[in-house]
Amino acid sequence: MTDTATIQKLERLALQLRFDLLEMMGVGKAGHLGGSSSMAEIVACLYFHAMRYNPANPKDPERDRFLLSKGHCVLIQYAALVELGVIPREELKKLKTLDCCLQGHPDMDRTPGIEAVTGSLGMGLSIALGMALGLRLDGRSNRIYVVMGDGELSEGQIWEAAMAAAAYKADTITGIVDLNHVQATGPTKEILDIPDIAKKWEAFGWEVLKIDGHDIGQILKALEKAKRITGRPAVIIAETVKGKGFSFAENNAAFHNGILTEDLYRQAFADLQALRTALDSRYAKEVRS
Amino acid sequence: MNPHPNMREAYGLALLELGKVNRNVVALEADLGKSTRSVLFQEAFPDRYFQMGIAEQNMAATAAGLALVGKIPFIHSFAVFAAGRTFDQLRNTVSIPRLNVRICGSSCGLSDFGDGKTHQSVEDVAIMRALPNMTVLSPMDSIETVKMMECLIDWPGPVYIRINRSDLPFLYPLSEPYHIGKITKLRDGSDVVLLAAGVMVSRSLEAAGLLAEKGISARVFNVSTIKPINRQGLIEAVTGARAIVVSEEHNTVGGLGGAVLEALRTVSHASVELIGIKDSFGMSAANYEEILARFGLTAPDIAGAAMDLLRKS
Repeated sequence: MTDTATIQKLERLALQLRFDLLEMMGVGKAGHLGGSSSMAEIVACLYFHAMRYNPANPKDPERDRFLLSKGHCVLIQYAALVELGVIPREELKKLKTLDCCLQGHPDMDRTPGIEAVTGSLGMGLSIALGMALGLRLDGRSNRIYVVMGDGELSEGQIWEAAMAAAAYKADTITGIVDLNHVQATGPTKEILDIPDIAKKWEAFGWEVLKIDGHDIGQILKALEKAKRITGRPAVIIAETVKGKGFSFAENNAAFHNGILTEDLYRQAFADLQALRTALDSRYAKEVRS
Repeated sequence: MNPHPNMREAYGLALLELGKVNRNVVALEADLGKSTRSVLFQEAFPDRYFQMGIAEQNMAATAAGLALVGKIPFIHSFAVFAAGRTFDQLRNTVSIPRLNVRICGSSCGLSDFGDGKTHQSVEDVAIMRALPNMTVLSPMDSIETVKMMECLIDWPGPVYIRINRSDLPFLYPLSEPYHIGKITKLRDGSDVVLLAAGVMVSRSLEAAGLLAEKGISARVFNVSTIKPINRQGLIEAVTGARAIVVSEEHNTVGGLGGAVLEALRTVSHASVELIGIKDSFGMSAANYEEILARFGLTAPDIAGAAMDLLRKS
């Protein structure tokens, strides 16, 4: 069982990642707020708990790999890398400006801690498979975590990679589907419904774990369970809310890639402050009880 | 000793040799290994050979992952699929981060003469050449193929290598080393310059013979590194010529001809004619010679183009 202190630490980190996300967005700059905030807890649990990762040496051959197949949501990964000290904090405000470190999509040449180039959707799982096969040849057991979007599952290449990863028994891969139900132009159900996502992965030979993707305890438990599965890869289907934490952006396709006005920025900041207050009060109560 | 005259077989044997000298060399296939001859690598190194099924896009991005953990992956398919079906994967996961992925475009050009337009690559060089960071190679025979392959352990960044399905005549000097960017002079002459890659090199040499019969002196160069093109080498090669003919088994749009003209654009040079597939797709044929003739890829076509240019000059 994960102790309360760990859960509290990770909840606070997930909130901090959302504050960083807001700082990157600023006012008047388009950014993928919705799909970034739906992953905040998942990213916090990976980088600050589950992954073997030494921020002092982001190229350590022993490290586990984090791949963001839904590369447009890299803002939340930047936030984690800033909190780890891999990316200097002052870069946050320079997001997507000319010659900046933090590009609109993951760019391993420009940004420390980024492991691959993703952004054209559907490719991350294949990259993960290549890493898994290569590391296995070297006798290494590094784990590879790859986060995919639910809208992204329309890409055929994902299923090519799913078949191949099962055939190669790539059990060092943990796939995570950020099931936030909303894509660029509307609800996934209305764009092109992908029913029975869990059954699809099962049919492709994967172990499937279904969780609430905002529940730190469930995320940690699923990541731990996935590590112990041998002989086949595992995928965590994480039920999430697009735009989670930002009242105006929740379940709203307009903030898949949206712009914050000054009013919305203030609202967003107030929303996060309220979450912080609620967290403080909840943990204060728990300490007392 | 000469390698196997069949370019695919020579390629497979060269890949096997690379596998022996460097344990990071790995190979990926999409169910064409018996044709591309990567199967020779599989027999020796089954653990380092990955059969990816008929899923070229996954193969290309899987190769990116392998390269990211220090491997030197060679991916294989027919040229039309190796460059076409995988384009977005090669663009994003391989070319942008300049990964050491090697792409073998086998049965290139019209060399898969029987299978028709869906399997014949008229545009692979243009596609790969347009990708920033991509190196594009087109060997003229098995000797050059083997020597090129030896360059592919250390050469940084992605490489596309175009492999012909057929037995091609030996032309590359056995004792001469190869380096990427090398332009090889195969015949000296003063009136016209014939530049070519792949199967069209031997045809350009034949054309030089035909021109000699008419009293025209032609020098012939093999330009097998299409990108990065050796600009200085090309400028020197064409200096003093009264006509230039560039020949390739590829669309005249975007291939070696385009690369040569881009390279020569700021220097004065003779008129240039392009011998290639004239912006059309291929078709099935009973044999290789027949289809090359139909598309105007013969020695008399090259010689005729040179004489036309000389008449106009």
